[in-house]
Amino acid sequence: MPGTELYQKEFFIKGGDFDKAGEVSTEIKSILKSVGINSDIVRKVAIATFEAEMNVVIHANEGDLKFILTPVEIRITVKDKGKGIEDIELAMKEGYSTATEEMREMGFGAGMGLPNIKKNADGFELTSEVGVGTLLKITIRHKKA
Amino acid sequence: MAERNEIKKLTLSEISEILDCEIVLGLDSLDVEIALVLSSGMMSDVLAFAQPGALMITGLTNSQSVRTADFADAAAVLYLRGKIPEEKTIQLAEELKIPILSTKMGMFDVCGVLYAKGLRGVC
Ligand SMILES: Nc1ncnc2c1ncn2[C@@H]1O[C@H](COP(=O)(O)OP(=O)(O)OP(=O)(O)O)[C@@H](O)[C@H]1O
Ligand SMILES: [Mg+2]
Repeated sequence: MPGTELYQKEFFIKGGDFDKAGEVSTEIKSILKSVGINSDIVRKVAIATFEAEMNVVIHANEGDLKFILTPVEIRITVKDKGKGIEDIELAMKEGYSTATEEMREMGFGAGMGLPNIKKNADGFELTSEVGVGTLLKITIRHKKA
Repeated sequence: MAERNEIKKLTLSEISEILDCEIVLGLDSLDVEIALVLSSGMMSDVLAFAQPGALMITGLTNSQSVRTADFADAAAVLYLRGKIPEEKTIQLAEELKIPILSTKMGMFDVCGVLYAKGLRGVC
């Protein structure tokens, strides 16, 4: 039955917490590897999830990441509370970033995160409300339809 | 023989020798062969061009650099200018099974030397 959930887990992401930043993505990668998902798919999910996780850490106050594994696809939904994105089209441009100098010194702010997510995902939906937060929904197929 | 811009492979052990590296982690992985290099100080730059088995070269030693190497399926991380990550980051690399080398050289020289030896950048 396509669409049936095999596995689901929710994670909390704290804005500005560079100590933990990336842990959620590491755990998701490890889950996918343990159930035998193909390594090219695991890499796509890990990259997209890490970029999404880091965007919450860098640009938002806090967020929840929901991970769902179905027999055909992996769904990652990240809902954050924060400043939101004013112009999504602009934010999607390679190289566009509002990251501070401090973030850049830590290796973030190339303006490649959202484009990386889109490139690795089969389904990509990004919505945001300024001053409220951002919602990102991605799906990555792991079985051919 | 036809002129070919042939890509050569180097083992981690050869790279370590050429760049006079300190092997911080992964003494048992020194025979891993490397053909491609990802060099950047920006994590999402590395992830944009991720190719399994590449050597990741970066000046940043935070825990996210190790996670980035793992997500990019890099074969190893090479840190520059003698930088060595803090203990808990080395532990993370150990858990993720990512070898770590550190050279005293800077990015420009390292890339020049490795290029001359036949390694190539990913993009
Ligand atoms: N969750 C978010 N909340 C608020 N703003 C965001 C969020 N995600 C992205 N943005 C905005 O979109 C811009 C582009 O995001 P993107 O992930 O592509 O690049 P970056 O995070 O700035 O740098 P990189 O991801 O390359 O380290 C950000 O600089 C920021 O202004
Ligand atoms: Mg980003």
